[in-house]
Amino acid sequence: MSRETEAVMTEQIDITAIEEIIEPYIKKKEMVIPVLQKVQEHFGYLPRPAIEEVSRLMRIPLSRLYGVATFYAQFKMKPRGKYIIRVCKGTACHIQGSPKIAERIEETLGIQSGETTDDLRFTLEEVACIGACALAPVIMINDDPHGRLTPDKIKSILDSYK
Amino acid sequence: MSAIKLTIDGREIEVEPGTTILEAARQIGADIPTFCHDPELPPNGACRICVVEVEKARALVASCVTPVAPGMVIHTESERVVRARKEILNLQIANHPLVCITCEKTGECKLQDYCYRYGVSDSGYVGEVKDLPLDDSNPFFVRDMNKCILCGICVGKCQDVVGAGAIDFTKRGFISNVGPAYEDKIEDSTCVFCGLCIDSCPVGALIPKVGRGKGRPWEIEKTRAICPYCSVGCGINLHVRGSEIIGVTADQQSPVNRGHLCARGKFGWDYQKSSERLTVPLVKSNGVFVEVSWEEALGLIVDNIEDVRNRYGSLSLMGLCSPKATNEESYLFQKLIRSLGSNNVDSYTRHCHAPSVNALMKALGSAAMTNSIEELTGTEAIFIIEADPLDSHPIIGYRVREAVRSGAKLIVANEKAVGLSDIAHYFFALEPGGALALVNTMSNVILEEGLHDQAFIGKRTEGFEAFRKAIAGYTPEFTAELTGLTEAEIRTAARVYAGVEKAAIISSAVIREEEGGDQLVLALVNLALLTGNLGKNSCGLYLPYSENNLQGCADMGALPAVLTGYQQLKEKAVREKFSKAWKIPISEKEGYSAADIFNTKKESSIKAMFILGENPAACGEEHEKTAEILKSLDFLVVQDIFMTETAALADVVLPAIAFAEKLGTYTNTERRVQLNRPAVEPPEEAYPDWEVIAELAGWLGFEWNYDSPEDIFNEMAALTPQYSGISYERIEAEGIQWPCPGKNHPGTRYLYEGRFGRGLGLFSIIELDHSRKFDQKPLPEIHSIGEHGCQCISDSMRNHSVISSMKKNRGGES
Ligand code: SF4
Ligand code: SF4
Ligand code: SF4
Ligand code: FES
Repeated sequence: MSRETEAVMTEQIDITAIEEIIEPYIKKKEMVIPVLQKVQEHFGYLPRPAIEEVSRLMRIPLSRLYGVATFYAQFKMKPRGKYIIRVCKGTACHIQGSPKIAERIEETLGIQSGETTDDLRFTLEEVACIGACALAPVIMINDDPHGRLTPDKIKSILDSYK
Repeated sequence: MSAIKLTIDGREIEVEPGTTILEAARQIGADIPTFCHDPELPPNGACRICVVEVEKARALVASCVTPVAPGMVIHTESERVVRARKEILNLQIANHPLVCITCEKTGECKLQDYCYRYGVSDSGYVGEVKDLPLDDSNPFFVRDMNKCILCGICVGKCQDVVGAGAIDFTKRGFISNVGPAYEDKIEDSTCVFCGLCIDSCPVGALIPKVGRGKGRPWEIEKTRAICPYCSVGCGINLHVRGSEIIGVTADQQSPVNRGHLCARGKFGWDYQKSSERLTVPLVKSNGVFVEVSWEEALGLIVDNIEDVRNRYGSLSLMGLCSPKATNEESYLFQKLIRSLGSNNVDSYTRHCHAPSVNALMKALGSAAMTNSIEELTGTEAIFIIEADPLDSHPIIGYRVREAVRSGAKLIVANEKAVGLSDIAHYFFALEPGGALALVNTMSNVILEEGLHDQAFIGKRTEGFEAFRKAIAGYTPEFTAELTGLTEAEIRTAARVYAGVEKAAIISSAVIREEEGGDQLVLALVNLALLTGNLGKNSCGLYLPYSENNLQGCADMGALPAVLTGYQQLKEKAVREKFSKAWKIPISEKEGYSAADIFNTKKESSIKAMFILGENPAACGEEHEKTAEILKSLDFLVVQDIFMTETAALADVVLPAIAFAEKLGTYTNTERRVQLNRPAVEPPEEAYPDWEVIAELAGWLGFEWNYDSPEDIFNEMAALTPQYSGISYERIEAEGIQWPCPGKNHPGTRYLYEGRFGRGLGLFSIIELDHSRKFDQKPLPEIHSIGEHGCQCISDSMRNHSVISSMKKNRGGES
């Protein structure tokens, strides 16, 4: 994550909740995962200032918390983007070339599935069949379906979401 | 349990149960490769390069994590094993940048060595090579994670041994890495630049900057020396190519540091190369220094000393001896001053330690630290009060961590949180000045709850009944407010400390008298006596000295009231012994101490002074007043490696040499006498300090005859009971702890087994407190001085080293 994004996000994060969240775990350094889960429940992801506060209060090195948080896929290090792109991985879409679509989106946005762009515009996810097989290959961006895609259409579609 | 019999590579062997296959194989000399194994870290079995074949077992097993079993038949280098190792190496080099030609690690890289051994040169796999940015953020080392093989040793050292917690594994899969949180630069992490990770990395991922491009491992000569900074006295290897030191690694064999160092030992030696070193004698003429020959400088010193002596008498001369000088230099220095007819010799630095030294002398009969650093790992409870050992004496901090990992309870009572509070079971934030009240109350609680050691008190101590009465007023209810703790917390501290067989106390030896330092030390002695925590293994009082050879400096008799080994000047037999050996009369009159000269308002009678490597003009809060006193002298000689604030005031300045250029012994804070060997020649016209002192003695008309530091040591040892069994030969491999009274005596790990220095241990009544208790005035503030507690001379070295650019107070939260 770029420092600028971090700076922008920092302002909106109120870490005072951390004290309460970790209260039941305060002397239990082995409880890192449950603590991180609670923090994620509260913020929707794991904001750096919140993790730093956990580190300070629980006296656990920041590196250790970060290591655990980045090891498990369940933990999100960034908030979700303004637009959630869901690429359908159903059989029909797959046969019609959804892997190529996903690949093009990844290239265009510079993120992998499960990640969010630095400007917090897009989050890319994969989903099992979304039931629009007639439109295969299909993606959803928030509530809008985009069907019968080819990789070359991706750029203009993404550009239309500001 | 009985030993386990097994067969390794056709040889039968018996080992203890619980031994791993790797350890057993090493006993018979089998050379099993390892990447991720480190004897002091929990095994992780990650790399599998150490696999061996166990007959009848289906799969190969990782020898570093597999314990031996009876009847095992093991092959460490079978065809199957070799095939598996090749496979692992192939995978490793598939995504390793093979830039061995320029890699600093070439020649001592395990990956390279094993590939050579197994003939792996070109990976069968086409792997993706990582492309991570270099971390070049700090002046000490470069991290190139493209070369990292993810063995995890650095993580273990950083998190467990040092506790800095700067780096950990991050992410998973191909992008898995080792580094600070959020891919921050190491400079912005909690790294304390101890270098443990660097010394233990099996490949070239972590490279110190100072030696880059300066030499290949096979071109380097290593000299075993002793770190010149703090009193732990870590063993180091000085790496020399040609005539230049290009790096330092920790001495793995040293019983003191066992391969560990702090930033000062790892990186702080480079002051030796500073262009600001003094290299020729200087004489002040019309306020400016001019270079002169040694003859001229010595001539001037002799003329002035004789002139002052003729006019004001011998008692107007004084010498201050550096706690960084070797034992040999210190011994000669005090001998020179005494030869001039007075006992006016002291160390200014020791003066900062006077409250604790005096208190320990009074209560126990010796000021030395009672137990060895290593013994901390065997304690069951550790009580740290008003000290920050991880910062001031990092190895002591590492040992505390180790003790806690093995189950010891840790109590930290400090005004501020320190580097060890993160692992403390109990951290008590004290009110300023609350330490003394806490310790006294702990004693009272221990008595009240019957946790004291009655047998020990009866047999080994005196003054107990009076002490018991005096302490009775210290109830937790009463001192809760003074200490800032709750009654329950105070009781907990007492119970944890007194509730085990072996408990140690760590505090600072540099708490000044006006701040109640002597009182606190006496109160801590009471606590230890009360619970029988003295005179046995893994307990005691740890009040480590600041500078590396302050212990030796005092042992050598650079003190106004005693000769070597604390032999009392006032005893006639002692004076006669030295008189006879030195062929000079020894004055009976106790000399002036540094405190007499610098602390009194009285006009000083000292007119000329010789300061060997000390810097009082920059030391402590009173340094300006000290400088004024030095300025008012008729004649001042300073011998130092740099133009310090004190040297600047001198009439004659002599160049001294750095530790890396000298042969001699240092005595660390656990009384261990260790040999320091020279790695390089001194600059230009500088001579070993002992030669300069001996030469000067000759010019002053004394007939001395030394060929080497060893000569001097032998003369000293013959006069000094504690050192009498020690010789250079005996400490060649490993230092010996005094007292060592005989050639076959192994040395002494802890003091006071069976007897205290003064006979019985003395309980002291801390008088001040009664009145205070009733009017509730706060106790005087107690804190240790400065960042590292009175290390003014270290500071002048540090200021000429790359470590001066280190951010202050890393690691410990403050
Ligand atoms: S130098 Fe020491 S503190 Fe820094 S990363 Fe290495 S082991 Fe950790
Ligand atoms: S940097 Fe070195 S010690 Fe650390 S994990 Fe990588 S290879 Fe091992
Ligand atoms: S702990 Fe002391 S002796 Fe050891 S490296 Fe550090 S400063 Fe040197
Ligand atoms: S050395 Fe045994 S698994 Fe790495």
